[in-house]
Order: sequence, then C-alpha cells, then structure tokens
Amino acid sequence: MELLEETAHEILARDDPWAALVESGLALVGVPEEAGGSGGTPADAAAVLRAAGHHGAAVPLAETGWLAGRLLAEAGLPVPRGALTAASGEVEAAGRTLSGTLRRVPWARSADRLVVLADGVVAVVDPAAARITEGSNVAGEPRDDVVLPGVRAEAVAPCAVGPAELRRRGALARAVQLTGAMGRALELSVRYAGEREQFGRPVGRFQAVQQLLAELAGEATVADVAVRAAVRGPDDPVAVAAAKANASRAAGTVAAIAHQVHGALGVTGEHVLRTVTLRLWSWRDEYGNETEWADELGASAAAAPDPWTFLTGP
Amino acid sequence: MARPSDLEPGTFPPRAAELRRRVREFLAETPFTARCDSWLTGADPAFSRRLGERGWLGMTLPERYGGHGRCPLERFAVIEELLAAGAPVGAHWIADRQTGPSILAHGTEEQKARFLPAIARGECFFAIGMSEPDSGSDLASVRTRAERDGDGWRLHGTKVWTSGAHIAHAILVLARSAPRSGDRHAGLSQFIVPLPDERVAIRPILGLSGEHHFNEVVFDGAFVPDSMVLGRAGDGWRQVTAELAYERSGPERLLSTFLLVRLLHGRADGPAARRALGRLTARLWSLRQASLAVAGALEAGLTPQVPAALVKDLGTRFEREVIEVVREHAGVEPDPASPDPLARALAESVVQAPGFTLRGGTNEILRGIVARGLGVR
Repeated sequence: MELLEETAHEILARDDPWAALVESGLALVGVPEEAGGSGGTPADAAAVLRAAGHHGAAVPLAETGWLAGRLLAEAGLPVPRGALTAASGEVEAAGRTLSGTLRRVPWARSADRLVVLADGVVAVVDPAAARITEGSNVAGEPRDDVVLPGVRAEAVAPCAVGPAELRRRGALARAVQLTGAMGRALELSVRYAGEREQFGRPVGRFQAVQQLLAELAGEATVADVAVRAAVRGPDDPVAVAAAKANASRAAGTVAAIAHQVHGALGVTGEHVLRTVTLRLWSWRDEYGNETEWADELGASAAAAPDPWTFLTGP
Repeated sequence: MARPSDLEPGTFPPRAAELRRRVREFLAETPFTARCDSWLTGADPAFSRRLGERGWLGMTLPERYGGHGRCPLERFAVIEELLAAGAPVGAHWIADRQTGPSILAHGTEEQKARFLPAIARGECFFAIGMSEPDSGSDLASVRTRAERDGDGWRLHGTKVWTSGAHIAHAILVLARSAPRSGDRHAGLSQFIVPLPDERVAIRPILGLSGEHHFNEVVFDGAFVPDSMVLGRAGDGWRQVTAELAYERSGPERLLSTFLLVRLLHGRADGPAARRALGRLTARLWSLRQASLAVAGALEAGLTPQVPAALVKDLGTRFEREVIEVVREHAGVEPDPASPDPLARALAESVVQAPGFTLRGGTNEILRGIVARGLGVR
C-alpha cells in the first residue's frame, strides 16, 4: 500500500501523468486482473485517487478504473486499454444499437471508449461515433454532453448495476478525490502561513490565522477518515451518502480558508493553490452535492424506525 | 506523507454488536428520565448502580479490580448507546471515563483495590479538581497548594466548576506541591480526597437555569496522607495531560444533543425536515467515524492529541448545530416545564450549549493545540 502510494505520488506529481498512469497500470488499480485490470482492493484504488486529488492532476482516473473498468469487469467484458469514461442517461438500447443523450459526461471528448449503462445492459462505444458538445467544470476538466444517434456498440453485456448505483460509485470516487485535494490545501496553507511574513513575523504566528488553519485541518481530517471508512464499505448506501455529503460540505469551508490564508497571492492563475481549490468547487457538486445526498439520507432516515439505529445499524 | 492530524478508521470488535443489542434492551425495559447533555446533568445513582450490575462501568478495567477486561471500543459502543438515549449517566461519568483509568495507570495497589471495584459497581463517583477561579484554560497556573505535614499533605485552595462534587465520593485534586520554578509544569501533584471531609466545603454554583450541577470546592487544610497521592509527587502535569486524553473526542463530544433528533423524528416529516435530518445524519456519521478512529488510535497505544482536539472542536459545534436545526422544525418553544419531551429537551439543550465548547478545554485552546501540531505555532 505504501509503495503503491509512493509510486502514485511520484507519477501524479508530473506535468502530464496520464501515459505513465496507463503504462504503470495505476489507471486500473481496483479492477480485477482477469478482466485486464491491475488488481487490488478498493482501498488501493482509493489511495491512487486520493493522490490524484492531492496533485490536482487533470486525468480521467476515477472514470477509467473505478467506474468504467469495474463496470466492464463485473459484466464479464474485457477492459479496453486507454482512457475510459462511464455514464448513464436517457439512452435506449435496441440490440447493440444505442440512441439517446448523456449529460455532463466526464472526459468524453478525450476518452478512448465510452462505457454506457442503458436498459439493463452495459455497452462499449467508440466516442468517434457520437456527437459531443463540449462543456467543463470550473477546473477546466471536460464535462461533455454526448448524443448517441443510433450507434452500434462494440460490446454489450447484461448489467446488474443501475444508474443510481453508478451515481453512488461516482460520489464515492469524487469524495476520495476531494479528500486528497483538501489534504493538499491544508499542506499548502500551513507552508504558506509559515513563510509569508507581515508585521515582522510569519502570518501563521497570528492566533486568528492559527484558528483558521485548525478549522481547515479539522474539516480535512474528519472528511478524510469518514471517506476512508466509506471506502471500507463501498456498498453501504448510508456510508457513501454521508461521506460524500460531508466531504462536499467540508470542501467549501476548506477552499475558503485556504484562499483566506493565502491572501491575494492565492487567487492568481500561476499559484498552485488553484489546482486544488478549482477542483474542490467542481467535485463537491459532481455525482450529488451535500444537499442532494442529505435529501437521500434524510428520506431513508425519516422512513426508518429510529434515526440512531439508522445511523449505527440494528 | 502522514500528517499529525491523520487518522485511520476504527473498527468495532465483533462482540460490540451483541453489547449494543443488550444495552438497547436494557434501555427499553428500564424507566429513566431522558435528558439532553445527560452525562453532565443526568445524575441518577440508582441508574449508575444498575449499569454496574450489568458490567457496563469500569468496562476496560482488569477483572482483578472488579472491571470487565473489555476493550475501549466495546466501551465506546455502550456509552454511545446510553448517550444517544439521553440516559442519566452523569453520576458515574467522570469516575468511569477518566478517574478509573487514571488510578489504574498511576495508582498504588491499595488505591486500586479501594477505588476501582467500587467505581465498577457504580458505588464510587469522582469529581475533577482541576479548574480554579483564576485557572481555566491555563491549567498549569493552579494555586491550590499542598503543604507537607508529617506523613502527608494539607491542601489549601479553591476549585470551581466541579461537576457533581455534591454527590461524589471522592475528588482528584491537582495542586502545587512545590514552589513555582522555571518549569511551570513541574511541582504539580494529584491527590485523592475522599468526600465528605470536614475541611472541604462544597457549595453549589448554579447554572444558567438555576440548576445545580457545578460546585465550588474549598480546601481549608484538608489532610491527605501520602498513601492518597496519585502517582508520583511532582508528576501531576504529565498525569493530568494523559487524563485529558480520555476527556476529549469521545462520543459525549458529539451526542450531547442527539436526543433532540430522536424526539423530532416522526414529528416533522416535510421535505425540509427530511433534508435537515439528512444533513445532521451525514455530519454525525462522519464525526462519529473520526471519534471512533481516535478511540482506535488510543487503544493502539498512540497519543492522538491533535486529532482528539480537532474532533472535539468540530463535534461540540455539531452539538450546537443540532439545536439550531431542530428548532427550525420542532414547532414548539423551549419550555423546561412542558409535558412535551421535545420542548423540554430544547430548553435543556439551549442552556447547556454554551458549555459544550468550554468544558474539557475551550475550542480556541484546542485549535491552538491543532495549530501547534501543524507546526505554525
């Protein structure tokens, strides 16, 4: 695990790490080897995702292995090499032919293959056959609309995973990425507060700044341990909903404090802080923000006999 | 890449589920008055003894001292069940949480044999003699002094905010046993003083709503034989700091107001109330994982000071958030005399809430500890 994390950090710190991620097999950690993946547990896959969040790496890592690769492996389909993305939407499957629209598909324009959930099947589609309208999140990561005008899939297989489950998996992936980015925001803020001097001393010597940093550390730490706990039980809908809701909530606080501590220097296009805060503001809303997951949790909790046993188990 | 604030998730041992089930059964069949903040305000010695009979006090103490040889996470499961129900655990809380473990760690055989079995039976309640009129956050500045007298010490000074001293069987006092030197943490010692004592005066300090939980405890030359010094004379600061580790980040730093959520459940069921319930659930789920992780780290022999401090900071603010959110949807005004348990619990919680972020180290002091751990202080 430590070696995996070290390798992931070494690669993800590079300017353009995607080719090395594919080459090293890190893009498919968590996908069984029999299906063409690199093997490893969800915790291993999360370690790589967390590192990607830490470095603010612009790579379709969650999409390739955690989402698309796993879906294909579960359906018994081989996992194609390269960048993948996964999506569900208003798509109909007639045999191998797919028609419909997918909204805000991550990395669609640069993916080698699209993995689409439709009508109880999972299908592999060449994006060259789709009409793509480019969009993006505030970090500049592609979030494209995809029209499938009667596209013949390269492979199709029955699939037990539905759109709700795909969304939950996406939410956990983004939650992991958020915690990586929050950890980096903490690191950068602590370092900057120790270096930047005003009134003859580092700004971190001011209690007001210390209090801010402690709050940042608190949010980042609690979000991190909650997400790690959810990764241990990735099929527990309460765990994933709670961990994503909390991470999304924490992301706003963390980004605001990190910028406050960095002062005006942090809001420039050159400063590294933007690589994580732009992603915090993007990822907190993707696959459901804190309000959407609160609604889902709240509906289940309200229907349960008691909110405490709902939280802790019967 | 590890930071001082990093935590690994904790895992309950398999036996915890069975314990949890038994506590729930016990709570369902045992009459008690549920209260918010019951670990401070819910003192019921008879209830404490019943918990002792069940083996739920002194759980982590060894069996030869009347304990039950359970692990800290088993105790965690039991106490969070009791707290979430608002059960009256206040009488024994301090003895069970910190004094028992402290005596086990630092006490003599005689002290262990005398106090630990009684603590585990729910027949020996302790008070904490730390804070003073001029020593709150700055605990090392305590002025209560211990003067040598024959084969013992005489205590002079005043302790305040002493929860439950009026029902406690003993108080563990932090006092200065040697004059202040360059090292302000040196020269402090802990003394066990059985109560009542004719040279110890205990007077109520009434709370906001006139309730009696706190006391002023005045020591006017109370005699403590050497056999009642806890640990080594002069080692008090180290002992007390270790004791504070038990005080922070436990489930009582998250759950003081959870009774409100339980009472609101089923009464407010619109989309807004469900969303609010979901928000609180998500936050509590996450904070509970953090609290559990700190407990796991303590059990593994680590000293997770920074995580414990930040969990208490976020946890106690969550306890207040619960009040504000439940107020929005309760549809009743806080009323301590109301027949409606929700109105009563709201009244209890709003007057207790200022204390949440003060006791056990103010949140500002705790954030200072976090900042030091981060290396900026």
